[in-house]
Amino acid sequence: MNQPVEGVHIAGTEIRDAKQRYAAGVLKYRQMGYWVPDYQPRETDVLCVFRITPQEGVDPVEAAAAVAGESSTATWTVVWTDRLTACDSYRAKAYAVEPVPGNPGQYFAWVAYDLILFEEGSIANMTASLIGNVFSFKPLKACRLEDIRIPVAYAKTFKGPPTGLVVERERLDKFGRPLLGATTKPKLGLSARNYGRVIYEGLKGGLDFMKDDENINSQPFMHWRDRFLYVMDGVNKAAAATGEVKGSYLNVTAATMEDMYERAEFAKELGSVIVMVDLVIGWTAIQSMANWARRNDMILHMHRAGHGTYTRQKSHGVSFRVIAKWLRLAGCDHLHAGTAVGKLEGDPMTVQGYYNVCRDAFTRKDLPRGLYFDQDWADLKKVMPVASGGIHAGQMHQLIDLFGDDVVLQFGGGTIGHPAGIQAGAVANRVALEAMVKARNEGRDIATEGPEILQAAARFCTPLKQALDTWKDVSFNYASTDTSDFATTPSVAS
Amino acid sequence: MMTNPTGRLTQGQFSFLPDLTDAEIALQVEYGLSKGYAWSVEYTDDPHPRNTYWEMWGHPMFDLRDAAGVLMELKACRDAFPRHYVRLMAFDSTRGVESIAMSFIVNRPASEPGFFVERQEVAGRSMRYTVRGYGADRPEGERYGA
Repeated sequence: MNQPVEGVHIAGTEIRDAKQRYAAGVLKYRQMGYWVPDYQPRETDVLCVFRITPQEGVDPVEAAAAVAGESSTATWTVVWTDRLTACDSYRAKAYAVEPVPGNPGQYFAWVAYDLILFEEGSIANMTASLIGNVFSFKPLKACRLEDIRIPVAYAKTFKGPPTGLVVERERLDKFGRPLLGATTKPKLGLSARNYGRVIYEGLKGGLDFMKDDENINSQPFMHWRDRFLYVMDGVNKAAAATGEVKGSYLNVTAATMEDMYERAEFAKELGSVIVMVDLVIGWTAIQSMANWARRNDMILHMHRAGHGTYTRQKSHGVSFRVIAKWLRLAGCDHLHAGTAVGKLEGDPMTVQGYYNVCRDAFTRKDLPRGLYFDQDWADLKKVMPVASGGIHAGQMHQLIDLFGDDVVLQFGGGTIGHPAGIQAGAVANRVALEAMVKARNEGRDIATEGPEILQAAARFCTPLKQALDTWKDVSFNYASTDTSDFATTPSVAS
Repeated sequence: MMTNPTGRLTQGQFSFLPDLTDAEIALQVEYGLSKGYAWSVEYTDDPHPRNTYWEMWGHPMFDLRDAAGVLMELKACRDAFPRHYVRLMAFDSTRGVESIAMSFIVNRPASEPGFFVERQEVAGRSMRYTVRGYGADRPEGERYGA
């Protein structure tokens, strides 16, 4: 733990004399009762840790108090109407401030919120407080919500994932290994008929899932209904060819709820096991689609399109671990949570933190992984994380070592770009996956022996050999922008 | 003969690999036992992808902590049903899981006939699909030859 900011330079703490406290005029936030350094957080409080960058000359404790104030009851001046309420309990309380190691000018600020501040089962309501006005507050240059602790009492008001990863596996009849998927490429331009060809080839070759990309909705080149018809033909043919349950995430993201319900209903009629939405549809729409999925025994896949606009920069926005917690409460079954080794942002330990949030029954505080609080999930179902973006069969040992079995590994380019075709690409990935799981279970150290395990499998599987040869030099070894600042994090060795 | 790249049913954890030897099966069983799972042997001659309930070769072996014992049960099941599909399944009773943790096929018929898709064309170009096993119209026990 880092050193707390000492209270010595703090002039003026909470004014407890009511007459003085509620005299008209302007007070410092900490004088108004938003800074309570001896506060003992209660089991029923929502706890947040913000990373704040106060403007020059703004005292960090006052800034923390301001965050507590602006995300709960405060306005810029004293109002007498506070005295009509039990305002002491409505005020959020900043209770600790620490400088961020290695980042001068930045501070972690811990804030506690009473349960009464939030509407049960509503992410929209929770976010309107916690990431509402406060993020535009002028005395702060920047503000980031790093992590959140949802009390059990509040967690129980959410229904969570419609299916959950355990029941998903039972429905799919797939156990003891990561699931395999691929996103259909090119993302845009394929006719529905050509699109279904890619679905069929990938699934017949050995993938469990194919996937619409986030921006495949219903454009001029491919009407959604046409796509669903051709895709489901490919899915059913592949199920017969392999004897396995197969699926393809049909993206029902659309302009209105009515459109989304219409598309989801059609997917259900055609027998799809899964539908998909994008994060950009918004919290209320997500919770509505979760209800629909629960009613219809449907797996709900969440593509996190758009999150990078507010999760990526360390100084300002909302950490993805917070988004992941909200999504687990709101109710999705799959969630793109990063690859660490692929083309998209993600430091390995930070990404493992997101996976823990998705899959744990109880998430332990783990500062190097960016987890600031213990989180009891109160038996809420678990979300299946999805690793997608610039990964290929040659990284199988790293992926399984980092993420274990409960993950969907999605090789889009790494399947469709295979030199011998889509089926061969799928075979390469499936053989690499099964060989690695088998070797790990046999007690081998896949992190170090991985490459030779893959080479051994490639001796009986030509498609795997071709994949390894084609992509052997591909890695995306750039420094991550989003790392926990509590400990030095190792980068992934290639 | 099935036409997917493996030429066979691809259910389970290891269908894309060469058949596991008994020694390799023992290693997987030991891994499961080290995790506290209970192993079970199941068999069927109707491997439809949504035929969930294969026949149980006895109950899951909750108190059996020795791979050799599991292999003995597997051998007995194979001897009794040499032309059936046989799978090993590991059950995890951990709170919040309480499901199957591992599953892989350890015996297959010599020839795997596979499935066909029956399409029923309905309104609006829509389709009702039925996946049907080629052998499934014969009585149980007679599907893959006597």
